[in-house]
Amino acid sequence: MERNQLRRQLAVMRQSLFDQGFLDEQFIQLEELQDDANPNFVEEIVTLEKSPLDFNKLDSYMHHIGAKKVKAESTHFREYCKAGNAEGCLRTFQQLKKEYTTLKKKLEAYFQMARQAGPKEIAGRSK
Amino acid sequence: MYLGEAGSSSNRMKSVEEKNDEPIRKTLSALIVDDDALIRKVHLTILKSLGFVAQVASNGKEAVDVFRSGANFDIVFIDMDMPIMNGIETTKALRAMGVNCKIVAVTSRGTDVEMEDFVQAGVDFFHVKPLTVAKVIPFVERLQK
Repeated sequence: MERNQLRRQLAVMRQSLFDQGFLDEQFIQLEELQDDANPNFVEEIVTLEKSPLDFNKLDSYMHHIGAKKVKAESTHFREYCKAGNAEGCLRTFQQLKKEYTTLKKKLEAYFQMARQAGPKEIAGRSK
Repeated sequence: MYLGEAGSSSNRMKSVEEKNDEPIRKTLSALIVDDDALIRKVHLTILKSLGFVAQVASNGKEAVDVFRSGANFDIVFIDMDMPIMNGIETTKALRAMGVNCKIVAVTSRGTDVEMEDFVQAGVDFFHVKPLTVAKVIPFVERLQK
């Protein structure tokens, strides 16, 4: 596929991640740190290859990459756990896993396309 | 005690550097203390983007050892939950050693109890993760004075 077309598609994909509430401003903060010295910085940070077994670590990661929906479910999960609501805990935990898996797939697809598009693939800093 | 958001990310170093009457700015040094490699990488990149010379330690004991080796820093960014020696224990140890540079606690939770414990340990500032460029810029200005 022609490179410019790829970059356009990439920009659309990126925008949809924000529009659909998967990512927030924090992701842009990471993008702004990427430069020629760190050309793959965002992908290195965001690539969710490892499966965090520790909830606190997962929570921290999601805050650092701007994973909006996952953060929200994580907050709900914490609140239910604090309240001792087992049913709520289980429900939100399932939702949290679902959001995490969805985001992981979307970001993997995004970075795969970004690699195909080549440098300057993160077109348009606007949210 | 400084807490919370420092302003928008548009307040970058560029606006300060453009001022013609600015004195020569010294290179600031920082130590990042966090047991998570991803967090260390993010914080390192943030600090380097602002002109810091930065070093990392993966737990409190390493941080203490770095200072014991004779290293000095303008500022330390320290996590709370770390193995071997947590952030509060590390802050206490550093202050007991006579380390008087600025220490910024950067934690995931930011509960009142945690803040209080950190303050009592000797921390100067407190931020909830994630650390951002906007949160660090005020420290740059403060340290340059």
